[in-house]
Amino acid sequence: MAGQAQAVSKDQLWGGGQSPFGISYGKMMMWYFLVSDALTFGGLLTAYGVIRHGSSDLWPVGEQVFEALPGLHGSYPLIYVALMTFILIISSVTMVLAVEAGHRMDKKGVIKWMGYTVVGGFIFLGSQAWEWSHFIHGSGGGFQVSSPITVSAMDDHNQPITMELTGGTWVHMTSDLGHAYEHALEHGDHIEVSNGKLIITPAVHETHGEHGHDAHADAHAAPAVQEFPLEIVLNKYTLDHKDGKDLRKLMVTGAEAEKIMNDMASNTLVFGANLQKNEYAVQQQYANFFFFITGFHGFHVMQGVIINLIIFLMAVRGVFERRGHYEMVEKVGLFWHFVDLVWVFVFTFYYLV
Amino acid sequence: MERDDLIVNDSYSINARHSEEDGVKIRKKLYMVTAILTLVTVFEIFMGVYFKRNGTFTWETIKLLFIVLTLVKAAYIVLIFMHLGDERKNLKYVVLLPYALFILYLIFIGLYEGLSVQHLNNTFR
Repeated sequence: MAGQAQAVSKDQLWGGGQSPFGISYGKMMMWYFLVSDALTFGGLLTAYGVIRHGSSDLWPVGEQVFEALPGLHGSYPLIYVALMTFILIISSVTMVLAVEAGHRMDKKGVIKWMGYTVVGGFIFLGSQAWEWSHFIHGSGGGFQVSSPITVSAMDDHNQPITMELTGGTWVHMTSDLGHAYEHALEHGDHIEVSNGKLIITPAVHETHGEHGHDAHADAHAAPAVQEFPLEIVLNKYTLDHKDGKDLRKLMVTGAEAEKIMNDMASNTLVFGANLQKNEYAVQQQYANFFFFITGFHGFHVMQGVIINLIIFLMAVRGVFERRGHYEMVEKVGLFWHFVDLVWVFVFTFYYLV
Repeated sequence: MERDDLIVNDSYSINARHSEEDGVKIRKKLYMVTAILTLVTVFEIFMGVYFKRNGTFTWETIKLLFIVLTLVKAAYIVLIFMHLGDERKNLKYVVLLPYALFILYLIFIGLYEGLSVQHLNNTFR
């Protein structure tokens, strides 16, 4: 009855053998660790919010930055990230099914579901590797214009619009044009802009050695000249407003694009992203937060996959069967669900909002 | 008052067991939660792609909706997948309250600071 104190001996009160939370020491410590880890991620995402709120420049829009799918051309906004989210949710489900099987002392069930969880973790890590490589490689690159110019562009409804670019405005190339430009620069090819086209004349590489191979020399005698139509995109990753109109992904082609190309400020050309510069945003923190937040999360996923793999192997060897309980699966399960939980927040605050 | 904190007690987590019949029920619940989480994610993507970002009231509402839906997903993951909903009340509070206190304060002070910096930038730059 409430209010009626039962006489409990001191031995029973202070002699140990109690569990105030009704859970084991290991599970409690896992919860405490997760609370502290959640504060770390909460701090990172809040820091992202601070920088984003503090910025007076336009912040990149997730659906315009992350719109590529492996091996496909075209725009698939957020689909890849959604896929990654789905993979992680499903591997979280297989994890909780492994815990459930453990509660029934079902060794086969635990092995099966733990196995799927490990596979899901590897798929997620692979997806993230691709996303990182795409982010680092970039989608065409961009540069700043040096002096103010006025160009006519096409908006995303194919309506002509006149844009006044101030000096220092960031403009971007389409991925076809940008990649051709980037590779030409890497190879030291001759680049020329004329007639609304980018004309790349491959550099003649001198053959080394006294007797150059004749066939080889012939191949270089008449290098194939490549031409790419100039396509410049304004507000490729950002969204601006003017006269009640949304300005995003404005296409500039032909002679107008040539005007912009010839107005390129020196040393502003950027392809992709690293920790010093990035093509996506004026704010370098945008790229830095991408690398740090998704990287720190990916690091957690990697640890989770390794720990899951160890527990999977222990389950296969029957360690938990002999121990009489599958609580270890529950503990690593807590960590794995936490990784999923963090991704739910990263997905919302980095990609969606 | 019955003592429920002694390790000899069956409610101690290591001894957590359930039968095959209970397992069927629990799995059904887990599949339900999976469906909910998937549908919410699909819905979020649909909203994010369909509604274009602009400064309007609609988009601001959708943004708030995203945050609410994220908290809903988080609640399902923590309470069902991580079984916090089945734990004792004291553990729930020990995990959730300190976190909520810290993070709400951090978000408030961080965003307030950020907006102030933006105001300074816009005014004096």
